[in-house]
Amino acid sequence: MTDPMERGLTGYGYGRQPAPTRRPESANLADILERVLDKGIVIAGDIQVNLLDIELLTIKLRLVIASVDRAKEMGIDWWEHDPTLSSAAHREEIAAENRRLRERLAALEGEDEEERAEPELGRRDRRAVDRAARDEDEYDDHDRAYDHDDDYEEEPEPRGRRSPRRPPGEDDRG
Amino acid sequence: MDETAIYVYGIGRDLPAEAVAGVRGVAGAPVRALEAEGLTAVVSPVSLAEFGEDALRRNLEHLDWLEATARAHHAVVDAVAERGVIVPLGLATVYRNEDRARAALRERREEFARALARITGRTEWGVKIYADLAETAPRERKPAPADARPGTAYLRRRSAQRHDEEETRREILTLAGDVDDELCAIAATRRLHRPQDPQLSGERGWMILNAAYLVDDERAEDFRTAVARLAGTRPELRLQLTGPWAPYSFAAEEEAWTER
Repeated sequence: MTDPMERGLTGYGYGRQPAPTRRPESANLADILERVLDKGIVIAGDIQVNLLDIELLTIKLRLVIASVDRAKEMGIDWWEHDPTLSSAAHREEIAAENRRLRERLAALEGEDEEERAEPELGRRDRRAVDRAARDEDEYDDHDRAYDHDDDYEEEPEPRGRRSPRRPPGEDDRG
Repeated sequence: MDETAIYVYGIGRDLPAEAVAGVRGVAGAPVRALEAEGLTAVVSPVSLAEFGEDALRRNLEHLDWLEATARAHHAVVDAVAERGVIVPLGLATVYRNEDRARAALRERREEFARALARITGRTEWGVKIYADLAETAPRERKPAPADARPGTAYLRRRSAQRHDEEETRREILTLAGDVDDELCAIAATRRLHRPQDPQLSGERGWMILNAAYLVDDERAEDFRTAVARLAGTRPELRLQLTGPWAPYSFAAEEEAWTER
């Protein structure tokens, strides 16, 4: 992944070559999404689509789904103290959308999988730690339908993008 | 194009005329500057067939569409930020027409002015810290007693493993905290993002910190040097610096920030 680091960083600020049609395509999609979705000033447009309201959440959740549980497991929970990330409204919404989104995401994942090859990087590493975060809940969440068979040690390959195995609303528990 | 609306990317002030020259926005539309109240809205026309309420709601559900739109949004913000100061707006801020967009500028004029003051002369840098925990903490697992039921054995095994991992995690968290402290000392402020899903970031390992630092431009070099130095002296951690970014993470009002 190349990021703007590799471009001219001399001088200050935007020390890059001014090129009107330059497109920062190299920036990581996750980095861009977390900025354009989560940050930036939100003003009410005439077209009222509340970004937090609907399936856009699927995207936000994509950013957090797998990592939140794991991070909490690690004792990292700074975003919970961030008012923009943990407003009660937001959490309620996640909770309410929880089940529907899981299904929705699974469907989306299916679509995406056909269109692009997902980098396999990270899946294994993540899984090792990820399991740690999941194990506990597996025992008190019997009623939840986990995806297939990736709950324990053995994982059939290949699978593309992993579906969210965890209900995204876990972070509303704390 | 069919019926159009106005997409607003961000708000600037005293933008040079060439700041938006040749810049293309979402759907490849030409970007222009819309002046009102001493502020400049950076806008482009969009089709209501794509950005009308229903269409937008639908489109946002498609990752490909979202990605293209987010990248186009970012490209405009980035291009303008290179040549002037811009407060980025959230994705898909759309008005029926120019008058409505100008009215929004008027209405929020003071907030924009404050945001512009906050970010002028400063640039956002992103720093992510990863640790490859699986590699740094390979611990052996004790075999479960033969009589243990599979579930019990599993839990037992996990419990032992987690205890070991816990210590490693603590050490790594402390190291990462030190890095953050040093960077905060250079930055004007910093703001935290959630950890990213590796599927989106394409990164391996455990993301410990995902932070944005707002750095005075004259300290940008110090900041980057510090990141490189910290990365070099802490092999347990992997630091990733991104930027310069338009100050997305610092556009919102102060109460929305996470101050140290």
